[in-house]
Amino acid sequence: MSVEVAGMGRAKAEGPLKLAVPRGALFGETLDALDLAGIDTSEVRGESRALIFPGPEISLVTMRPSDVPTYVEGGAADVGITGKDVLLEQSDRMVYELLDLGFGRCRMVLAGRKGDKRLGESERRLGMMRIATKYPRIAERHFEQTGRQVEVIEVKGSVELAPLTGLADGIVDLVATGRTLEENDLEVREEIVTCTARFVANRVAHKLRSREVDQLTAKLGEGVPR
Amino acid sequence: MIHPIPPGTRDVLPDEMRELRRLNRALVDVFEGRGYGEVATPAIEYDEVLARGDGRTADSAYRFFDERGDLLALRSDMTVPIARLVATRYANAEPPHRLCYIANAFRAVRPQRGQMREFVQAGVELIGAPAPEGTAEVVEVLAAALDAAGLDRAVIGLGDADLYRQLLTEFGVEGEARDSVLERLAMHDLVGLEAELSSLEGIDDKQCETCVALSQLRGGREVLDEARSLGGEVVERATARIDETLGTLEQRGVADRVQIDLGLLRNLGYYSGAILEVYDPALGHVLGGGGRYDNLLKRFGLDLPAAGFALYLERVHVAQMEEESREEGP
Repeated sequence: MSVEVAGMGRAKAEGPLKLAVPRGALFGETLDALDLAGIDTSEVRGESRALIFPGPEISLVTMRPSDVPTYVEGGAADVGITGKDVLLEQSDRMVYELLDLGFGRCRMVLAGRKGDKRLGESERRLGMMRIATKYPRIAERHFEQTGRQVEVIEVKGSVELAPLTGLADGIVDLVATGRTLEENDLEVREEIVTCTARFVANRVAHKLRSREVDQLTAKLGEGVPR
Repeated sequence: MIHPIPPGTRDVLPDEMRELRRLNRALVDVFEGRGYGEVATPAIEYDEVLARGDGRTADSAYRFFDERGDLLALRSDMTVPIARLVATRYANAEPPHRLCYIANAFRAVRPQRGQMREFVQAGVELIGAPAPEGTAEVVEVLAAALDAAGLDRAVIGLGDADLYRQLLTEFGVEGEARDSVLERLAMHDLVGLEAELSSLEGIDDKQCETCVALSQLRGGREVLDEARSLGGEVVERATARIDETLGTLEQRGVADRVQIDLGLLRNLGYYSGAILEVYDPALGHVLGGGGRYDNLLKRFGLDLPAAGFALYLERVHVAQMEEESREEGP
């Protein structure tokens, strides 16, 4: 006797799968990865100022990388691509991390002024360092795990400015080539974590649109360099 | 004048209240109609009593002292208070006990759409009925409750809480390492999971792959065969348990609501055996969950198998609204 177990048949997936695409540093490589996976990105690459690019099977929704977890967690996008740095900074966002896409590789580092002993000096004489960053939670976690007390100062713009002006002793920031640090007379003191682009999914979409999500994961996975 | 209320709490005004009341009534009618008597318990309990049920949910509890200096806590769900109630009030009564509730509970979470710090749960507890029949009865009540709420597209995920715990033991992974792997699994952080597993001593590539592949298996009965092909005694036992539950669900005619999901892992510490999660395609958040907790009552001195579920009432209401507007069309 075989009665159909068709939980998925009941919840008919409706419309195209919505994929959150990060604008910014990961944009180009994300589109290349989507091309490799057989998704048409020509519209997105065009001059259009639109934010949503509908397709027959997959719609692309473009947004700031740091908004991707928000949209995916809320189900406004079914799946998305964003950096591990964003996921670590927003680790309380409940999204499924399905795949390391391998591109967009950069390092989260602690950096200070070249030849400047202030990082150590501040710790010795004041018991604590002042650290400027756009990633306050990653920074706090790092120093907590390494048993040091710091004052984390959140800034929005060029974080390199903080140690140069005396706002902070050091910075925690994302570094790709290290050129910005070099140009501002800063150097890496500690490596915290390496970040790459990740493919994430909404919890409910992962269950109810499992076939589409699995297929897309597999196709994107084929393009990842081993 | 504007007077603030704490974050994560809210007022309910008459239009919404009317709809919530209607939803409440529909759900209680389903529960009572199947012999589940409604109970209420105090919103505050001794912290010690709640922690006895589950140390981990206590993480996000609200605690405070009373005038005698005793530590009190706001309940974070109804399962533990009802376990306490049954052990205290029904210790000598003949099981099974069928109880239901619609009650507010409190968790110190980050408030967002569909997740508040004070929220209402509607659910049942079936205490003294073992698997698979007890589980199947609870799923049947859950399916009827979803129908009564108008969520006929909602799907019930069915998994097994013991699968990974036992699988990792079979692989020789125990203690802190096991907990940290389980945490990755619960969060579905596959990248982290692979990294974590491959960093462990004594676990080979094939075992690592088995773990990752299992967590991605979800769908109809065919996933049980796929799981079996991955091999191992633990997988065999878990799939047999799910298969058995599925068999009783088929007899009760509710198997079509169920999606087998071997990746399901609820992070409440008291679950054992079957676990459930509820989804509706109109909502990106989980509507509710439940499962078996055969070892929970024992912690209160009454050794009875048990199962239950809880729906987040506000989320069900949101899903109801989304489903209705979908039917009406844009």
